[in-house]
Amino acid sequence: MNFYVTYFIIAAGLFAFVGAFTLFGVYAERKISAFIQNRLGPTETGKFGSLQTLADIVKLLQKELIIPAAADKVLFLMAPGIIFIAVYLGFAALPWAPGLVPSHINIGLYYIFAIISIETLGILMAGWGSNNKYSILGAMRSAAQIISYEIPAGFAIISAVMIAQTLNLQDIAMQQGILSAEKTKFLGLWDVSATGGILAWNVFQAPHLLIAFVIYFIASLAESNRAPFDIPEAESELVAGFHTEFTGPQFALVFLAEYSMMFLVSMVGVVLFLGAWNTPLPNIGSVTLATWTTGTIWGIIWILIKTMSLVGVQMWIRWTLPRLRVDQLMNLCWKVLTPLAFACMLISGVWRLWVM
Amino acid sequence: MIWDFGFSISDFLEFRILFKRTINGLTTAWKGLSLTIKHLFTSNSKREIVSVTDDNYFKKQNDTNTIQYPHQELPVPEVGRYQLDVEIDDCIVCDLCAKICPVDCIDIESIKATEVIGQTSDGSKKMLYAAKFDIDMAKCMYCGLCTIVCPTECIVMTNQYDRTVFELKDLTYEFSDMSPEDAAEKRILLEKQQAEKQAAKLAAMKAKEGGA
Repeated sequence: MNFYVTYFIIAAGLFAFVGAFTLFGVYAERKISAFIQNRLGPTETGKFGSLQTLADIVKLLQKELIIPAAADKVLFLMAPGIIFIAVYLGFAALPWAPGLVPSHINIGLYYIFAIISIETLGILMAGWGSNNKYSILGAMRSAAQIISYEIPAGFAIISAVMIAQTLNLQDIAMQQGILSAEKTKFLGLWDVSATGGILAWNVFQAPHLLIAFVIYFIASLAESNRAPFDIPEAESELVAGFHTEFTGPQFALVFLAEYSMMFLVSMVGVVLFLGAWNTPLPNIGSVTLATWTTGTIWGIIWILIKTMSLVGVQMWIRWTLPRLRVDQLMNLCWKVLTPLAFACMLISGVWRLWVM
Repeated sequence: MIWDFGFSISDFLEFRILFKRTINGLTTAWKGLSLTIKHLFTSNSKREIVSVTDDNYFKKQNDTNTIQYPHQELPVPEVGRYQLDVEIDDCIVCDLCAKICPVDCIDIESIKATEVIGQTSDGSKKMLYAAKFDIDMAKCMYCGLCTIVCPTECIVMTNQYDRTVFELKDLTYEFSDMSPEDAAEKRILLEKQQAEKQAAKLAAMKAKEGGA
């Protein structure tokens, strides 16, 4: 029975992390957007406004839970929970450090992409249940967008999986550093099994994965409904899209889901393409930087740094690029990203057969 | 046809256009991104407050634009035309300001004095008491007409613009320095004098009628 206690502790720990990250993420987003627009952002609550989001969540949790008279109560009440749980469950299979993964399953990547697809269901439930034009429009857009962008994202992922030959995220992580059991080759030519560092990351083991990574990153922006693909929320046209009618704790849950989704897709990208928890520092002769900076604590530090930087790039893009129109969105997905992702997958096959 | 691969020249051209557009999209996106990242790292210090008359005033827009208001204030000229102020000692209670006010925010109640009560600083005689001189700053539209018509220049606009209050009635400024008791006393004096005058008038009329 003891292992059940462990399960609950791990689940609670992940939830605490997701909550803490959301608080930090919202604060970072507000500060980054402010600096980009020559403003200052929150400054009053706490030092440099650092307690602002804490104050916000306390306020949100105290608010009344309002259910519109015409709403479908069951769908309306369940939707934020489903949206959040779908994303939260995805965290179960993500590796944090060598030997540190909440759930060591050999189809981890498949599982993650299956489970976060359920988010679309939650969004559709929210849109339909609200019984509001804007909400249903937002939900329909979201469904169309996520289903479309899962295709290029999927092919980009498959091209990385073909190089790694496994769906187990911990094994994929292991192959990109000095702990790899197989030979790792920089650009498929130079054996860097003992050197490790940045040279052993997937994007440098097979250079076409750099393109695959960019495709995956663009598609992941669309999947987490972030600008420039935020047409489901599109505040200038749809008020707030599928979460227009939500208040208080439910709204907080939708927000929590959005920010954990940002972290999740970034972390998957880091694991697949950017060396997961492996150090970027290579071993150079007797200066074994890679060996020194590999370990459980180091692993957590590296993966957090990498993931946070990707989240930072997501925010940077959000506050720079204008929103795409629906037809532009679909054009980009089907006419540009999907063929390119196909090409990457093809090159992956050739690479696997002839180079590795 | 034998050589039909299902792929024509026009398809190829379309592909080229698409390719060009993709490259164009990426480069323009990068242009925007490099611009915003420059701002991300240049402007996170406090705004330096300079007056609008300063030569560098418009260059400051490239830095932090936010003025953290209660902590920082933009300097305003000494002759700023914001809230109204009345020097009641100079007021001859002529009521011109109340009459010209387009929004009727000035409320004056005058009592005639029984004699000349003094002089303003520019030498005008004061013959009226101001029992009430209220300006409702919440209604004022800052047109400044009252300051123009004032014959003794006792009503002026000042450089004070921030009067945040908790009650709306606190925005009604009372400039009269007369206490209600004083005002009542003056009213009685005036009534007495008017009654005397009336009596004198009646007496004079009677004398006239009797004489005729």
